[in-house]
Amino acid sequence: MSETLHAISVEVNGKRCEASVPVRLSLVDWLREELRLTGTHVGCEHGICGACSVMLDGEPVRSCLMYAVQANGHRITTVEGLAQPDGSMSALQDAFCETHGLQCGYCTPGMLIASQALLDSNPHPTEEQIRDAIGGNLCRCTGYQQIVEAVQLAAQRMEKK
Amino acid sequence: MKAAQFEYARAASLAEACTLLARHGDSAKVLAGGQSLVPMMAMRLLRPAWLIDVNEIAALKSVAIEKDFARTGACARQCVVERDDALAARVPLIRQALHWVGHVQTRNRGTIGGSLAHADPSAELPLVAQVLGAKMLLRSSKGARTLEAEKFFTGPMSTAVRPDECLEEIQWPVWKEKRTGSAFTEIAIRHGDFAMVAAAAQLALDASGRCTGAAFGLGGASGTPLAFPEIAARLVGTKLEDKALDDAVDAAAKEIDPGSDLHATKEYRRHLARVLTARVLREAREKATAS
Repeated sequence: MSETLHAISVEVNGKRCEASVPVRLSLVDWLREELRLTGTHVGCEHGICGACSVMLDGEPVRSCLMYAVQANGHRITTVEGLAQPDGSMSALQDAFCETHGLQCGYCTPGMLIASQALLDSNPHPTEEQIRDAIGGNLCRCTGYQQIVEAVQLAAQRMEKK
Repeated sequence: MKAAQFEYARAASLAEACTLLARHGDSAKVLAGGQSLVPMMAMRLLRPAWLIDVNEIAALKSVAIEKDFARTGACARQCVVERDDALAARVPLIRQALHWVGHVQTRNRGTIGGSLAHADPSAELPLVAQVLGAKMLLRSSKGARTLEAEKFFTGPMSTAVRPDECLEEIQWPVWKEKRTGSAFTEIAIRHGDFAMVAAAAQLALDASGRCTGAAFGLGGASGTPLAFPEIAARLVGTKLEDKALDDAVDAAAKEIDPGSDLHATKEYRRHLARVLTARVLREAREKATAS
């Protein structure tokens, strides 16, 4: 039985991408395996761990719980899209490095997407709001404390700018 | 690719979705937010031959307030409904329940109708629908019908939706009494996980402090969310003294039939059901009294 292919046109990190995809291909597999955007990680593949978080039209979603065909006509931002135009790290990414907001790094792309989405809508989050925003992202290394500190540091620095 | 092969159709309108369901209904699933369906397909617990995607149907996403009820389109995103202040003012239990539903990423994608059609017995929105007596508008190519929550939920993960039908809209009753209070709470291993037990209550008072309306229920305590309309009716006319609330808790505890699993024994669930019911009834009473 051959797979039916569907044509899609998706804006990924500001670039228009045209492709033909099998309908059961998840969005995260398309991003990683076809577009080679391997910054987004695949963890549990059933919507528990949050490692695959990307922004869909500016809002964080789990890219393992969407088929690539469903992204047709929408705008996707992956962790690669968070860096500044010259390729240097964003304030949030720098803050993660400085506060040791990561160890193994597996959850980091999802944490960055979730935290950036929070700061986009709420530039001065409380600790409780930060913990709520990253509540759907599992980290098995840090105990979360340094991640919370990273988001707080980034918020302070973005305010000064 | 983890899911088994399927055919996919993106419906541009509800009429088109109904036509597709009339043709493929027995072997099709409606794809809304996908926050439950997609994992089940990834684990191959489900292998539908067709997915009918209703995500691009704008008409299914509306939220509107009428005189007697609020309407939410079946495909309205949980995040959108959660942020709706007008809706929260009229049907506060919806926002109170959504606070416990999943996480930011899943609420951005998950839909109101999807949660109801999935009918997980421990899920929050089905409990609110059952407690308030929400009505579900179901559409097929042959016509439409409306089902009350009590008839809609038929068992664990089971509803009365026929294979050729699509959930179109949910109608949530608006309580007109000025002095109305409601509360929702649950116990889960971590916030956002499935509730071991969830409880919801809404109470209304007249100017003298006498109860004029009462509704409460439990999730995770049986195969479907439970409401206790006869027990709640006994609260009407009382002043909602502690004794009256405790009698309601006792009566409700006799009607539940929780199961045991790795996370909680049925005895623990029975315990939680009593404690949480008492808690939401008291909180709803305090809010109604203060309003």
